[in-house]
Amino acid sequence: MKTALLCLWLAVLLTVPLWLTDLYFLHILITTGIFTIAAMSLNLLLGFTGQLSLGHVAFFGIGAYTSALLSLGFDLQLTESYRFAVAPKPVWLAFLAGIVVAGFFGWVIGRISFKVRGAYFVIVTISFAEVVRLVALNWVDLTEGPMALSAIPPFTFGIPGLWEETIYKKQPNYYLVLGVAILSYLVIRRLVLSRVGRAMIALRENEPLATSVGIDVTRYLILAAVVSAAIAGAAGGLYAHYVRIIDPDIFLFIYTVTMVIMVITGGKGTLAGPIVGGLIFGILPVVLRSFAGPEIQWIIYGAFMILIVFFLPDGIVPAIRSWWEGRVGPLAEPEPAELSNARPAERQAE
Amino acid sequence: MLEIDGLDCCYGKVNALRAVSLTVNQGELVTLIGANGAGKTTTLKAISGLLPPVGGSIHFEGEDITQASAKRILALGIAHCPEGRRVFPYMTVQENLEMGCYLRTDRSALTEDMERIFTRFPVLAERRSQMAGTLSGGEQQMLAIGRALMSRPKLVLFDEPSLGLAPNLVERTFDIIMEIRAQGTTVLMVEQNAYAALEMCDRSYLLESGQVALQGTGQDLLDDPHVREAYLGG
Ligand SMILES: Nc1ncnc2c1ncn2[C@@H]1O[C@H](COP(=O)(O)OP(=O)(O)O)[C@@H](O)[C@H]1O
Ligand SMILES: [Mg+2]
Repeated sequence: MKTALLCLWLAVLLTVPLWLTDLYFLHILITTGIFTIAAMSLNLLLGFTGQLSLGHVAFFGIGAYTSALLSLGFDLQLTESYRFAVAPKPVWLAFLAGIVVAGFFGWVIGRISFKVRGAYFVIVTISFAEVVRLVALNWVDLTEGPMALSAIPPFTFGIPGLWEETIYKKQPNYYLVLGVAILSYLVIRRLVLSRVGRAMIALRENEPLATSVGIDVTRYLILAAVVSAAIAGAAGGLYAHYVRIIDPDIFLFIYTVTMVIMVITGGKGTLAGPIVGGLIFGILPVVLRSFAGPEIQWIIYGAFMILIVFFLPDGIVPAIRSWWEGRVGPLAEPEPAELSNARPAERQAE
Repeated sequence: MLEIDGLDCCYGKVNALRAVSLTVNQGELVTLIGANGAGKTTTLKAISGLLPPVGGSIHFEGEDITQASAKRILALGIAHCPEGRRVFPYMTVQENLEMGCYLRTDRSALTEDMERIFTRFPVLAERRSQMAGTLSGGEQQMLAIGRALMSRPKLVLFDEPSLGLAPNLVERTFDIIMEIRAQGTTVLMVEQNAYAALEMCDRSYLLESGQVALQGTGQDLLDDPHVREAYLGG
């Protein structure tokens, strides 16, 4: 039953460009896909380890800027006598570098904040995003500041020398985003269903007990932060080469909030949650835009959010699952140990 | 088996333990008694590697484990049943038991150990795929003890195993702990209920404000006027 649903779902996703000929809607789906990937990465931290990264957009933005800068090349006069120049790199290489650099910053943030965690992690991540935004805004030599990085090259596919294809069109971009989304999903799934995932869930559920059975808390949290940041960086890279212009506004807090909303409404700590939440909040604005201004839209989001939290505190996916199980019996394959009200891992000062 | 010498522990600036020395011999059941905040939990945390001591030393079977990681200490054979919430509520009984030997990767021995636990606690076998959070208090306690035994420890540390349990379950828990000892596992137990702790133990230590105030056999302490006055209600 579950497999059948999954196949149907995949078939729909794979054939979208064949029957959805309206390019505007395809564009919406592409950006929705990109933000869904980011939401999936946030869910790894927020849902599975219970750590709220309120600066998650920083990793997204770092991936975007790194990938864009490397594919454009840059030339920095660091001191009077020292110049640092990088020739334009192929987009795929720049994209991979963006993932690595974002993952590296995930590691740094994890290292400095997971010794204390909880509220400190929230504060460190918010501040980090703001610092990165200011750097992007003020280091004009590198980032062009508010003038934005433009004419970012799009992805190129093919075998060098034999056949290459640069993708300007929406359809191949759609498949690219879908491919990265599926890959990210599989990575996260693999991680949370493994021993590592079990350790993360144990931490979230009962940290003192988890440490007493020999789980190295900091190590697993850092691992989660690195994977999460790297996937967010991948989403950022996709964004940069699709939209082809980025400016420091990419680091705005509102994007993190959007990701958090996607994860919470969909169902944090479930694999499918961020996908459901991502689709809803990716497509909802388009539907609303036709009859409501931006302010009204935010009010509607807020109301929707309150309704969800009030009536489905665990999010949409767990609610559907329990409704389904109530009628038909347990689903064949359970999600990794779920938590109804995932509390942030209880902090114990030691 | 376990030798602690001049142990000092701090939480930031708060000095929780001062020069605590204690010994646990192979096969003994030793208890640690004392008022709230005396430093009992801290002592167990230091032994199991959850709180690195600032001074003194801890040796287990001759090996210096003073600064060893929690993982290493568990691998050497010390299991810890911490105070407070005892189980992972949203994991099944079976998953909870698996967490007890999270470090081990040999599946066959693991299954064998789990069957051993299920034989000992049949009620857990019946509920093996139930969420631990839905078990009764007594069942959760058995699960916690079962989990500690999963790693085949040589020494088990129990922190207030009777806390929050109904009186008949308290007795059952103490019976289980004595059984564990009878089967050859050494036990160091922290217990607020001084009378029970002194009755069942071989030897006991009384902690007061982070220091060992008294030590001796259970009977010695039961007869001690200060203990009678302050901990046994006259
Ligand atoms: N996490 C902590 N942070 C700061 N101080 C603590 C912490 N845990 C315990 N203490 C202090 O250390 C002392 C000993 O505590 P503890 O070992 O928990 O006592 P007991 O288990 O005997 O009740 C107490 O004074 C307590 O206030
Ligand atoms: Mg205590």
